[in-house]
Amino acid sequence: MSGFVTFFGLAGAGLIGLGLYGFLAHAHLLRRLLSFNVMGSGVFLMFGAAAARSPALGADAVPQALIITGIVVKLAGTALAVALLVQLARSLGRAALPEDEEGPRA
Amino acid sequence: MTGLVFDLLLCALLLAAGLAAVVARGLFAGVVFFIAYGVFVALGWLRLDAIDVALAEAAIGAGLTGVLLLGAIGQLSRAGAEAPAPRPNIPLALACGGLSLLLGAAFLALPDAPGLQAEVAAALPISGAENPVTAVLLNFRAIDTLLESIVLTAVLVGVWALARDDAWGCRPGLPQRVRPDGVLAGFGRLLPPLGLMVGVYLVWAGTKQPGGAFQGGTVLAAVWLLAAMAGAVTAPRVTDLLLRAALVAGPILFLAVGIAGALGGSFLGLAPAVAGPLILAIEVALTLSIASTLALLVLGPPEARA
Amino acid sequence: MTTLLLALPVALPLLAALIAVAAARIAADLAMATGLLVLGLAVWLVAEVAHAGPVSIALGGWEAPLGIVLHADGLGASFLLVTALIMAAVLPAARQGFADRGAETRAGFAFWPLALLLFAGMNTAFLSRDLFNLFVALELLTLSAVALVAIEGKAETITAALRYMIFALLGSVLFLLGAALAYSAYATLDMTRLAGVAAGDWPMAAAVALMTLGLAIKTALFPFHAWLPPAHSGAPAPASAMLSALVPKASFVIMLRLWFEVVPDLASPLLVLVLGSLGAVAVVWGSLLAIGQARLKLIIAYSTVAQLGYLFLVFPLAGGVGAAQPWAAGAWTAVSFHAFSHALAKAAMFLAAGLFLRAVGHDRLEGLRGLARAMPIACFAFGLSAIALMGLPPSGGFTAKYLLLTSAFASGQWIWGVVLVAGGLLAAVYLFRPLNLMFSKEGADPATLRPVPRGEQALPLLLALAAILLGIASSGPFDFLQIGRPGDAAAGLAP
Repeated sequence: MSGFVTFFGLAGAGLIGLGLYGFLAHAHLLRRLLSFNVMGSGVFLMFGAAAARSPALGADAVPQALIITGIVVKLAGTALAVALLVQLARSLGRAALPEDEEGPRA
Repeated sequence: MTGLVFDLLLCALLLAAGLAAVVARGLFAGVVFFIAYGVFVALGWLRLDAIDVALAEAAIGAGLTGVLLLGAIGQLSRAGAEAPAPRPNIPLALACGGLSLLLGAAFLALPDAPGLQAEVAAALPISGAENPVTAVLLNFRAIDTLLESIVLTAVLVGVWALARDDAWGCRPGLPQRVRPDGVLAGFGRLLPPLGLMVGVYLVWAGTKQPGGAFQGGTVLAAVWLLAAMAGAVTAPRVTDLLLRAALVAGPILFLAVGIAGALGGSFLGLAPAVAGPLILAIEVALTLSIASTLALLVLGPPEARA
Repeated sequence: MTTLLLALPVALPLLAALIAVAAARIAADLAMATGLLVLGLAVWLVAEVAHAGPVSIALGGWEAPLGIVLHADGLGASFLLVTALIMAAVLPAARQGFADRGAETRAGFAFWPLALLLFAGMNTAFLSRDLFNLFVALELLTLSAVALVAIEGKAETITAALRYMIFALLGSVLFLLGAALAYSAYATLDMTRLAGVAAGDWPMAAAVALMTLGLAIKTALFPFHAWLPPAHSGAPAPASAMLSALVPKASFVIMLRLWFEVVPDLASPLLVLVLGSLGAVAVVWGSLLAIGQARLKLIIAYSTVAQLGYLFLVFPLAGGVGAAQPWAAGAWTAVSFHAFSHALAKAAMFLAAGLFLRAVGHDRLEGLRGLARAMPIACFAFGLSAIALMGLPPSGGFTAKYLLLTSAFASGQWIWGVVLVAGGLLAAVYLFRPLNLMFSKEGADPATLRPVPRGEQALPLLLALAAILLGIASSGPFDFLQIGRPGDAAAGLAP
């Protein structure tokens, strides 16, 4: 595996942990969605780096196509979640799930 | 060597921007960092020789997602929605760090298996596309792409379903107020023709070079949104029949070609002789549907005008 | 013909959903016709598999690893049939609430495409052999399901949908990460090919662990169940029926295939113990919470948490020490039986609950008092479904429990047997209250209730009768499930 591919693979692994932390630690749903997107692109980066790891053969097109599909699906999920969040904010005036509002966090 | 240094620097920037986006004190700053992060990720894809992915990441991952999040900030502050402030959670951070280490180790321990380069190269000449990524998306794994374009339709239906009952039949999104002599209005008149060309080029080029329906569709959606923000065009009503037809034309054509193939014995099969023109036709129709779906996703559910 | 039999259960609901967006006026009729058409196709496919064995097609003519294979074995075809049967009953039941007469309405527009896309997602999940394609199918399924939860537009259903969404996003990204690792290691996403090449190295173990975790979240396994009851009870009744009866089964079938068909050698005794224990806790905890609910739809939704728990008992009963005994295949077959029985009974219950809600105006338990006099058919359907959920003879639920108990005692794992018996008793407790009220002598004057036509009451009855019939005529489905059964379902999961 050539050096630069390793960097991107490890950066992807780092971003997954980072995104997961934000996704689980935050109460604010917009922050959770943002973190989810960071985690998702970490998954793609690690996957894409793995697909580029044998330089003699050139990049593998199949993971690239899968990642493009994944990016679109991730956007779709984010869009629905954002729309739900805006409705929640309008009807209840809050941006977090009720269980994250009370309890030890509040 | 300079390449390695550049990559190392890029990875460091990427992680830093990602971290800043996740832990930023202010929500707006977080989203701005997130958009910058998306640009760095797109650069990373260029370094990994994945130009199609770089385009998708820049247009969809950074651009459109960023616009969605920024729009949400505006709506949340208008609604006065609050949430508890973020508090560092050390045990959770350690656990997530552990997961990263584990994944990094798994990445390094991957067996030295080649991918499907040989299979793709062997099938490419009869796939109807010269760009291998397009061949995978529109032919070898066509069902993924078909389902993915329909996922967008499903989500738009879901977003529209969040409208108030009395707003059904109205135009999507909150009304825009733009000063006719303002900068945005100027941009809105200047940029669309340029963006239109870029979008059409991306779709047309996609069968041969990097690009394609999703990237091109995103650019076209952005162009339209910009024109809408500048007041140059208005969103159609959600009950508009032409709009409805545009939303589903691409997936329906894709599916119809697939079912026609099934009647001939191969579901989603493209006969090599006509694969090229069929892929182009599907890409054009998909672009129309993706562009309109994405633009409407950004606008949100229909709103009753006061 | 095989091509059409495998392609159309996926293609027809997709096509109908797209047409329903463009031509909302005909959406309800189109959806009902699609339900019946796919039911016919599913019956035909089952006959084909029973006659000729498992069938598969390579999409676009591209074999794996480059292409994607759709495959119908006994397991996939029977889940397809049960799904089609339930959809064929649920779609007509949704007419009353969602078929627009006159001008198009918001909910009348949105319901039909979403229900049809959920249908297409289910069918793809049961047929596809490709891990990434399964990811996309699960997304289609889940996002449609989330949108259906929110369709009433009330603050509490929006909250429930968002909570569902948060769990679902996490589950899908974990599953995707696992699938990506598997491809990176072995250059294929096809389950059949992966089974041949995947060694027990630890990148693959990490991949399977991540996919299992993601699927467990989507199946609402304890402790990831918190999203399910408010989401399933908050949706309108026909949507609840689809969500509770069908949606979690898709991710469970993928999990079953993953462990029994792809990596049986990775199933360590600790893993089977953990999955089995979480399932057992779900059975007890879900039932206890169901007992405490004051609203009928919440009781039914918490019951789903408990009933899904049983499915995970397949891991200890057909793995670990269970693997050594001749009844491992019995446990594998039993969970499918349980899934079918629960799907039919739960869909019937939610449809009946929807009718009660319409008649009474609310779904608090006291409203059920004496309802059997006014709505005998729907109450009878509810009663039959309750028999299936408690696992009493002669229902399909009994067949499932009998098979599971046999394999528990044959392998000396009596503790799982205790869970099975306790779960049945607890189900009797949480279902006793609504049943007792329904069939009590006194109650509200039938004249004060909104009338519900008998034709609509017949739909839940049809499904409840199917859940009972599954137990009476159990040998046919039992034999059918064995067609194309993975070897490790008989040999047991063992490292």
